[in-house]
Formats: sequence, structure tokens, C-alpha cells
Amino acid sequence: MDDLRDLYQQLILDHNRNPQNFRDMQNATATANGHNPLCGDEIKLFLNVENDQILDISFKGSGCAISKASASIMTTLIKGKTVAETESLFARFHTMITTGEIIGDIGKLAVLAGVYKFPSRVKCASLSWHTMNNALHGKENLTTTE
Amino acid sequence: MFNVKNIRNDFPIFSNQADDFVYLDSSATTLKPKRVIDAVTNYYTNYSANVHRSIYKMGEEATAAYEGSRKKVADFIKAESNSIIFTKGTTESINLVAYAWARKNLKEGDEILLTEMEHHSNLIPWQLCAKETGAVLKHIPFNDDGTLDLSEPEKWFTKKTKLVAVIHQSNVFGTINPVKEIIKMAHDVGALVLVDAAQSVPHQKVDVQDMNCDFLAFSGHKMLGPTGVGVLYGRPEILETMDPFLGGGEMIRTVSFTESTWNDIPWKFEAGTPNVAQAIGLGAAIDYINSIGLEQIHRHEQELLNYALTKMQEIPELTIYGAALVRGAVISFNVENVHPHDLSQLLDNDGIAIRAGHHCAQPIMKKLGVSATGRSSFYLYNSKEDIDRLCESIVKTVNFMGGSH
Ligand SMILES: Cc1ncc(COP(=O)(O)O)c(C=O)c1O
Repeated sequence: MDDLRDLYQQLILDHNRNPQNFRDMQNATATANGHNPLCGDEIKLFLNVENDQILDISFKGSGCAISKASASIMTTLIKGKTVAETESLFARFHTMITTGEIIGDIGKLAVLAGVYKFPSRVKCASLSWHTMNNALHGKENLTTTE
Repeated sequence: MFNVKNIRNDFPIFSNQADDFVYLDSSATTLKPKRVIDAVTNYYTNYSANVHRSIYKMGEEATAAYEGSRKKVADFIKAESNSIIFTKGTTESINLVAYAWARKNLKEGDEILLTEMEHHSNLIPWQLCAKETGAVLKHIPFNDDGTLDLSEPEKWFTKKTKLVAVIHQSNVFGTINPVKEIIKMAHDVGALVLVDAAQSVPHQKVDVQDMNCDFLAFSGHKMLGPTGVGVLYGRPEILETMDPFLGGGEMIRTVSFTESTWNDIPWKFEAGTPNVAQAIGLGAAIDYINSIGLEQIHRHEQELLNYALTKMQEIPELTIYGAALVRGAVISFNVENVHPHDLSQLLDNDGIAIRAGHHCAQPIMKKLGVSATGRSSFYLYNSKEDIDRLCESIVKTVNFMGGSH
């Protein structure tokens, strides 16, 4: 039960119920689609990037609480960040959800630290990040985390 | 008397899992009784010879047990032994027909008739086959209640229809389709019929003579048997006309450097050393089912099904997919604002195993407008208490995810 409380922390439940930046974006400079065939999670990600800085980010789609909350938290964290900062955060987030190890300050992302204990849910937590990364690098194709 | 407590004692897994273990995923695969585990172990421990080629006592014993299982399977579905081919499962059985029959007999413009509620294993092999032969796929639609829409048979069953491949019991809705009627309509236009019986043979009496199907496929692991063994029943007259599926040892009669002749059916279709232990285990599973009584098992499941439908409908946040009157003990559902994967994760925490996902039926999910559903399915070792536990845990999850705790 403790592990499970770790997985479904209040902040995750809140973001699941009220996802942030959950909307379309008319002036997006990049978009990408992501799909997790295991869960059926689907996400469409929008970015507005100018001079290497993420001015705006939003997403649409459907998915489990972990994938939705992870996407929502991600958008609140990387808005305003540079591409390099975002990539560094992604790398550390990825390490955290696969090994449990937290490197440096990862802020609110820490609520997802419990995911590594549930290997089948790692893909749910990472889908939005992989999709965002693809959008950053101009890969509009479907990200799949299978 | 049907006594679930005694039945559970026959399944070692219940003493090895936590006391509160509730298994509601028998549609995916079933638990195994000791009798099956023992039969497999006994083969490996006491007479693990190859079959059909060893001229010594132990080899003869293995052959007798393997062929004995074939006879048990044949009797179980009222067929002759020569019409029973051991495969590795339903999927391979269907592929065998797609390769060894359909690719030889279908040409451009011929129609393969499926339904919209097929499992991927009765869809993808036909997509591949259609691509190669130029045959066209058609799908009988399903209604909102998860039953087939057979209102315009002349639209589906035509002179062009050469093969009908249909699921007997839906692994999503639980619907038991009127296969006898479908087979009659198919035969009237000269088409052959393959029945995917993966979800029916374990739970209800299936009689291939009465049903009059041409092919029937099912899996051992869904009927208390081991993984790695399944069955293709084929009408012997049709099997005789077919070329082999896989080539190798066992399936031949005479071999020269350039040419060979084939063994008799069913061995013609069993190339290489077969899954001897698993087939023997399947025989033991059938013995076990017969010792309890398939009709008693079916009645017990129906009782559980009705109880579960009533109890689950009392949960206002819950939507059930499928409302067929004739159905098996499978219930797919969703809970408002709770993704099935979260539900399954939280139920697991209470010791309850259900399935969450698309159930290898993505087109069905698409038509229902959902990405996934939860699914609970029942078998002889389940009880009403299991269903009470399921419903309590669902309510708890609704409160947890909704935050009103
Ligand atoms: C209706 C149906 N058909 C076919 C299959 C495939 O069976 P197997 O994976 O044993 O080949 C399944 C199992 O999930 C099923 O439910």
C-alpha cells in the first residue's frame, strides 16, 4: 500500500482531475503525437519555441492518471525553459522513473519518483516527455512507448 | 454439489498466493489444477521420450499418452481423433488455416467474412492473407448491446463469400454468437466456416458435429491446461485435400532428395517434435473438467455472471459494455473518471486481478469510443465473495481517485 500511495500521490490525483495546459495551440511551432498501445494512452503535444526557448507548451489526449498527470506537470515545469534545460530535465526525469535515483533539483517531478517500482507504468509516465522531445526535434511521427 | 472451496483446493496457486487473492482474469488465461501440473511433471520425471519414433517402452508410453490426449480432446468436442491437430494455441490454429487452406483456395475478389468483434488473432491472419491473395475482407457489424447485426444476411453471405471466420464467444462482451445459424448461411452460399472457440470450449459444451463447422480453434491454457498447446479441429475431408503447413520431421511418409509424400492426417500438420508435455497436460485438464462436469461449471459461471451484473450495476459510476442475453461469464466495463489501468493497479493492491486494456480487440475499442476497458471474467474457482470484493474495491477506487476520501 505504501508503494501505491507513492504512485498515486495527491498531486498526481489533482493533476489528473485538473490537468494544466490541457488545450490546443493555434500558433504552435512544433507538434507531435504519442501513443502507448499498452494502455491506449494518446497524446498530442504542442510547442511554441522561439530562439531556443519554450514560450508555450500544451497537450490534448486521453490516458491513465499517471500519463495525464505526468504530462500536466511537465508542461508547468518546462514553460519558459531553454531547450538545453528541458533536455537535461528529461534525462534526469528518465533516470528517476527507471531507477528511482534523483539527480539535482527536479522540483515537483519528485511526485513521480515512485513510478520506478511499477515497471509497467514507466511508459505511462514517460510518454509525454518522449513526445515533447520528438516535437522539439521536429519528429512529428507517432512516438510509441511500446 | 458444486463446492468452490473444494475446487480451490485443487489449485495450488491459491495456497501460494496471499489469502485474499481474487483471480478474475480467466479469459486471458486460467489457473492450473494440481492434476495438470502433475501430468506435465510426471511426463518429464518418468517417461520423457520423443513420440512416434522411439522403439522402446518409454517412447511407446509417451506416444500413448500424447495420442491419448488427442482422443480426450476429440471426445470433448465430439470429433474423431484424426480431425484434431495439436498446435501451440488458437493463434497458430487460425494461421494454419490461413496458410494451408486459404492461400491455396482464395483468389482475387473472393470474400473472407469476419465480424467486427474478432480478437486480433482472427483478424490479422486474414488481413495478411487478403493482401497476398487479393481476397476482400468484410465484417459483420455489432449492435450497441454487443450482439451481431445479422439483420441483412444477403449483404454478407454472397456467392463471393469463400470463408467465414467468426468468434464463438466474445472475449470483450461475453456475447455467445449464433454460430450454428451463421454456419448454415455460410454453407448455403458454399463458404467454409472457421470458429474461434478460444472462449467457448472451456466454458460450455461444444459439439462440432452439431455445430457443423469446418474448422474450430481453441487454446489449452484457457481451459486449465498448460500454455503452448492448442487445437485445430478440421473436417477430415477438408484436411485430406490440404497441403501441409510446416515442413519437417513427423509430417512425412517418404522423403527423397527432391520430393516427399505426406503422413496421414492429423500428423501431416504436426511437423517436428510436438509439444508432448503440454498436450498431455491438456488431456489432464479435460479429465479434470469432466470430473467436475462441464455443465455444472457452466451453470456455476452463469450464476456468478448474473450476480456480478446485478452487483456491478448498483455502482452508478460503472458502465458495462455488452448486454447480450446469451452470454458467457465475461464483463467489460469502465468506471467514470478512472482509467482502467489505474483501476487495475488499485484493485491489484487489494489482491484482485482483473484485465485492463484493449483485449486484443482495438477495432472494438475504437467503435465503443474508448481506449481501453476493465474486464472481469469468472471460472469454476470463483465465488460470489470474489465479486463482492471486486465491487467493494471498485467503490473504494472511485472515492480515492475522486478525492472524496
Ligand atoms: C477469442 C479469442 N481468440 C483467440 C485468442 C488467442 O489465443 P492464444 O493467445 O492462446 O493463441 C484469444 C485469447 O486471448 C481469445 O480470447
